[in-house]
Amino acid sequence: MARAAVQRRLTWRLAEVAAVIAETPRVRSLVLAVPDWPGHLAGQHVDVRLTAEDGYQAQRSYSISSAPDDEGRLTLTVERLEDGEVSPYLTDELRAGDELELRGPIGGYFVWQASGTDPILLVGGGSGVCPLMAMLRHRAARSSTVPARLLYSARDLGDVIYRPELDRLAAAGDGAEVTLTLTRARPPGWTGYGRRVDAEMLAEVAWPPERRPLTFVCGPTPFVELVAGSLVALGHDPGRIKTERFGPTGG
Amino acid sequence: MTFVSRGFRGRRRDRDAGGRLPPGQYVTRGFPVLSAGPTPHTPPAEWTFSITGEVDEPRRWTWDEFHALPMETVTRDIHCVTKWSKFDTVWKGVSVDVLLDGIDTAAEYVMAFSDGGYTTNLPLEDVTGGKAWVAFDFDDQPLEPQHGGPARLLVPHLYFWKSAKWVRGLRLMAEDAPGFWETYGYHMYGDPWREQRYSGD
Repeated sequence: MARAAVQRRLTWRLAEVAAVIAETPRVRSLVLAVPDWPGHLAGQHVDVRLTAEDGYQAQRSYSISSAPDDEGRLTLTVERLEDGEVSPYLTDELRAGDELELRGPIGGYFVWQASGTDPILLVGGGSGVCPLMAMLRHRAARSSTVPARLLYSARDLGDVIYRPELDRLAAAGDGAEVTLTLTRARPPGWTGYGRRVDAEMLAEVAWPPERRPLTFVCGPTPFVELVAGSLVALGHDPGRIKTERFGPTGG
Repeated sequence: MTFVSRGFRGRRRDRDAGGRLPPGQYVTRGFPVLSAGPTPHTPPAEWTFSITGEVDEPRRWTWDEFHALPMETVTRDIHCVTKWSKFDTVWKGVSVDVLLDGIDTAAEYVMAFSDGGYTTNLPLEDVTGGKAWVAFDFDDQPLEPQHGGPARLLVPHLYFWKSAKWVRGLRLMAEDAPGFWETYGYHMYGDPWREQRYSGD
């Protein structure tokens, strides 16, 4: 294992909400101004801590969806979980000008740096696309031409996060490809995939194992289990498949 | 407490946890999964458990030999660094005391190592004295691969990343060294009651 990570104390910082972007009916991106943000790598996350007037606190982790290249700005993309304690506050209550406590960046394994040269395969389920978006944004910001494929599973077109931006990235002609699959409902005339990700779809979309892609998979546990397991069965090196999972209890 | 999150009240359903919930944690009834890569599937016939490193005579058990060792069933609360805690989880396994019984070593630390390349470091005294097990049953069922089966380390008094999934052995070490997540900035010890999530906590 690489011994590359910088060991530094992670202190709580007060960020200011610069903007709230409605991505889908259930998903908001929080654009934060973070004084003295130490910088992050694409794929890392932060811990967010909420404090009530009587001192009660709740903490959760959220992926950073912005590229490391946006200086002093950090974007977190949050999906509202109906039974959640923290996410409904972040998506429904928080607005521009509010302050938010966070610390990070956290994690150093599920990361991609634009200095890489191997093709990348990104497979996201639902809001699992968020850390993958940080990688695509980082790639674009650095004008990287590393071949990149995103396979993104969403329930329907209205649930696709970052859709206009994904369309632009795919149209840029710099080696980035975006494949959507819509599992629940398709618009009239939809010619793309219309089912859950399976081994057959992965065989069609993924780089062949001989190209030794670096693969990042993020989504709910059954999604990640299926995708990672299928890729291994297709002949991909397990050591080059990095996974990040979140469960329905994330809150 | 100086900072207050405007408009946040919190659900507080975990308030009456009776002192069982470490700081910054919430209670879950599910069993979330976290791991860094694909789930390994090692068949029992190929599974062994080893004690290696700073020891005169390394030890090794096959799956069958391991299951002939004395077993315990323990009920413990577990705490994941990603903030969830789960109460009263029931495990069956072999105490690490049994595995290290009679071993002569000057080691003060162990590195647990697993299929898939995962490692995590612990002080020897945190895996001895009835504090750690190699568990292969969860809730009276064989441990599922996604939760670490066929066998995982169980060290419930530390954050759960120390309870290495797919564990295949313990390497005894004279000095501490970071394992997988510890290399990426997670805490070397990981006591949930002192909220030792990350390096420097």
